[in-house]
Amino acid sequence: MPHVSVNFTGQLPESLGDTMTKSELIQLVASDNPHLYLRDITKIVNTVFDEITEGLTQGDRIELRGFGAFSVKVRKARTGRNPRSGEPVEVSEKAIPYFKTGKQLHERLNDSEASD
Amino acid sequence: MDKTITRADLTEALYEKVGLSRNESADLVESIINHVSDALVDGEQVKIASFGTFLVREKAKRIGRNPKTGEEHEIPPRRVLVFRASQVLKQALVEDWKGGPLEAYIEAGDDDE
Repeated sequence: MPHVSVNFTGQLPESLGDTMTKSELIQLVASDNPHLYLRDITKIVNTVFDEITEGLTQGDRIELRGFGAFSVKVRKARTGRNPRSGEPVEVSEKAIPYFKTGKQLHERLNDSEASD
Repeated sequence: MDKTITRADLTEALYEKVGLSRNESADLVESIINHVSDALVDGEQVKIASFGTFLVREKAKRIGRNPKTGEEHEIPPRRVLVFRASQVLKQALVEDWKGGPLEAYIEAGDDDE
């Protein structure tokens, strides 16, 4: 039993049915690593996603083989509309995050349906 | 913009910022990726606050066409993974952008399938 992490659990992550939240991910990683404190696991998980975010803001590509790759694309400047007033709004060109699923994960997502 | 970040860089970040050994850092990076992947394969969506949500969409079969030959073929039903960036991440790319002129990224990245 990961008794150390249980001490730090405090409250159980809100269950959203078939959604895994970051706190549930932290719990899962914690149960694999009973020798680490939950606050360390929290820092580890946050660091990983922060590094990806930081990389994207520098225009880097983040390639996690088997899982997928994050990269930056450019959304061209366009004239949008304020949904409430219907007034046209100029939206300038901007960098947007993009994710492409890795081959292995794509195959796993589809293999699991091979039974039907 | 020509830099590619890999598992090794994430491992190095954990080593430097959390103070774990390199081996343990590598295991943790792998553990995070595996838990996210397993949840998605199980049909769950994965919501990482202030980063984004990964969700699996079912696509119906459709008739596709080879753009080169014009040949028609059936694309079978399949599950695709979609990443929806959070508002925080989208904003970071606008407000903290350090990647230089945007023109350089217009051809970057991969095309949608």
